[in-house]
Amino acid sequence: MSDNPSLRTPSQRIAWTATIVISTLVFIFLIAPILAIMPLSFSSGSYLTYPLPGLSLRWYDDFINSPRWMTSLKNSMIIGVASTLLSMVLGTLAALGLAQWKSRLKPLVLAFVLSPVVVPGVITAVGLYFFFAPIGLTGSYLGLILAHTALATPFVVITVGATLQSFDTNLARAAASLGASPLDAFRRVILPLILPGLASGALFAFATSFDEVVIVLFMAGPEQRTLPREMFSGIRENISPTITAAAVILTTVSVILLATMEGLRRRNERLKGSSA
Amino acid sequence: MTAAFLTGADAQIEMPLKRRLRRAERARQLKALALVLPLLLFLLFTFAGPIAGMLWRSVDDREVRQVLPQTVAALADWDGKDLPDEKAYAALASDILAARASGTMAIAAKRLNYALNGFRTILTSTARNLKAAPEPGTAKDTLGKINPAWRERTTWTTIKDASGPVTGFYLLAALDLTRNADGAIVAAAPDQAIYRNVFTRTFIISLSVTVLCLILGFPVAYLLATLPPGRSNLLMIFVLLPFWTSLLVRTCAWIVLLQSKGVVNDSLHWLGIIDEPLRLIYNRFGVCVAMTHVLLPFMILPLYSSMKAISPAYMRAAASLGAPPVTAFLRIYLPQTLPGIGAGSLLVFILALGYYITPALVGGAADQMISYFIALYTTETANWGLASALGAVLLLATLLLALVYGKLVQGQQVTGGMKN
Repeated sequence: MSDNPSLRTPSQRIAWTATIVISTLVFIFLIAPILAIMPLSFSSGSYLTYPLPGLSLRWYDDFINSPRWMTSLKNSMIIGVASTLLSMVLGTLAALGLAQWKSRLKPLVLAFVLSPVVVPGVITAVGLYFFFAPIGLTGSYLGLILAHTALATPFVVITVGATLQSFDTNLARAAASLGASPLDAFRRVILPLILPGLASGALFAFATSFDEVVIVLFMAGPEQRTLPREMFSGIRENISPTITAAAVILTTVSVILLATMEGLRRRNERLKGSSA
Repeated sequence: MTAAFLTGADAQIEMPLKRRLRRAERARQLKALALVLPLLLFLLFTFAGPIAGMLWRSVDDREVRQVLPQTVAALADWDGKDLPDEKAYAALASDILAARASGTMAIAAKRLNYALNGFRTILTSTARNLKAAPEPGTAKDTLGKINPAWRERTTWTTIKDASGPVTGFYLLAALDLTRNADGAIVAAAPDQAIYRNVFTRTFIISLSVTVLCLILGFPVAYLLATLPPGRSNLLMIFVLLPFWTSLLVRTCAWIVLLQSKGVVNDSLHWLGIIDEPLRLIYNRFGVCVAMTHVLLPFMILPLYSSMKAISPAYMRAAASLGAPPVTAFLRIYLPQTLPGIGAGSLLVFILALGYYITPALVGGAADQMISYFIALYTTETANWGLASALGAVLLLATLLLALVYGKLVQGQQVTGGMKN
C-alpha cells in the first residue's frame, strides 16, 4: 500500500505503516470475535473451546427441534415485520410533511421525532412498563410492536428525509398540473423516487426491532419472548453451543441486511453518477 | 374540472394576489402538518407519554395519604417541633384500624420504610396489638405503650414528610441526599448513599470506552478516508459487519472468548505464556472491551465522514510552504477533524451512559451501571419512585449531552443504529 501519493519522506512512510498496522489490529479486534464463535456452533462436542472434537450439525438440530428457540424466532419475525411496516407508513408521511413544513418549530419537532434513538433503552422501557401495564399492553404482541415502532421510525424519517432533500418538488407539481390526484401523484411519481430511502429505512427499522432486547425484557410475557431475549437468558444461565447456533442464525440475518444495504447504496451511487 | 377552476378563480379575482398566495401557502403548511401529525400522536402515546409518566412517578407520593388519610390531615398544621397532639394519635389509631380491615397497610409500610428503616415493623406491630379504637383522650398513651417509637418525633416527621401529594424524597435519594427531622437537606446514611458512586462509575466506564474508541477509531478512520474508494469500501465491511451484528451475538462472542476456559485463555495456556487462566471477564476489563467493540463503529463512521471532507490540497499546501509532516498534521489536518472527533466522542459517550445489556452480562457486581439499578428497582424490588428518580437523572444527563451533540452536527444528518 505504498502507492499513497503523499509519502515522500521516511517519517511519513513510518507513520503510514503504523496506521496500516494499527488499523489491521483494530479490524481483527472488530471481526475476530464474530468469526470465532461461528465454527463452535458446528462442533460435535458440548465445550466451547478449540480444537473442535469433530464437526456436526447437532446444535442446529437442537435449535430447530426446540419449541422455545423456534417460537422466539417466529416472535422476532412477527414483531420485526409488523413494526417495520408501521414505521414505514408513519415515517414516510412525517418525512413528506417535514420536507414541506416551514416553521420555527421545525427543528424542535424534528428533535422530538428523532429522540427515541437517543434516549437510553432502559428509560423508554421503564416508562412503557408503567404506562402499558394498566391498559393491558404488557405481555402482548401489540405492545411490543408499538414500542419497537417508536424506536424504529426515526430511521425511516432520516433516510426518506435524505432522499427528499435531493427531490425536485416541481415533479409533484407537474404531476398535479397534469391532472394526477394527490394519491396518484404519490404512487406514480413520489414513491418511485423515495423508494431507495424507504428501503434502507425499512432495513434499519427491521434491524432495530430484530436486535432490541431491553424493552422485550420489561414488557414481553413468556409467549412473546424474542430471539435476542432468549439469547439473553441463555447467556445468563449457561452458554450452550445451541446459543452459538442461534448467534450464527442472527448473524446470517445481519449479513443479509448489510448486503442489501450495500446493494442499495451502490445502485444509488450508480444512478447519481449516470444522471450527473 | 377546468370550469370549476375558472369559476373559482373568477370569484377570487377581487382578492389581492398577495393574500391569495398567503392563503394557498397556509393551506400547504396545514397539509404538511397533517402529514407529520400521525407520527407525533403516535410518539406521544408510545414514547413521550410513558416517559412523562415515569418523571411524574419520581415525585409522586400518594401512598401514605391514601392509607392514612386522617393522620395526614391531622399532621397538616403540626409544626414538627414537639410530639403531635392527641388528635393526631387518635387519627392514626383510627387509620390503622381501617387499613387493617381493608388490607392496605403494606402499601404505606413499604413507602415509610424507604424513609425510615424499621418503620414496617412499627406499623405491623401496632396494627397487630391495637385491639380497638382507644377511649377518647388515651390514644397517645395506648399507641406509646404498644410501640415506644410513637413517642419519638422522627417517627412522626417521617409520616409528615411522606404525606405527599408530591415529594422530592426520591430525587434527593438518587443524589444520596435526604431530609432530616428538621426538614434540612443532609447527606443520606452511608448504607443508602450508593448512587453517587454508581453515577461516577457510569461516567468513568463511559469515558474510558469513549477514549478507547477514539484511540482505536482514529487510525482506522484515517486509513479509510485516505485509501482509494475501491479499497476503502472493501475495508469498510470490517466496520459495518459488527455494526449490523446483533448486540447479543457480540456480547456472547466476548464471553466465549474471554471466559476462564475460553478461547483466549486456552490459546495463552497452549502457548505457555500463562499457567493459571487470567480473569478477563465478569470484571471492569471485560465490560470495557465488550463495550468498546460494540461502540467503535459509532466513532469510526463520524470520524470517517469528517476526514473524507478534508481536501488533500490543504496538506499539499502546508508541505509546499515548508511545514514538516508532523507540523502539517498537527496544525492543518487535526484541527479539521475536531468536529468529527467531537461528534463521534459525544455519540459514543451518550450511548455508553445508558448501557444495560452488556454490563449486565459481562460485568461483575462492581461494574453495573446506572441502567442496571433502574431496571432492578423497577422489576425486582418495585421501588418505582427511586427507579424513576434515577431514570430522571440519567435522562437529564443524556438530553443535555444530546443538545450539545445536536449543536455540533447542525446541518449534518444523524444516522446510526443505536444498540444497547
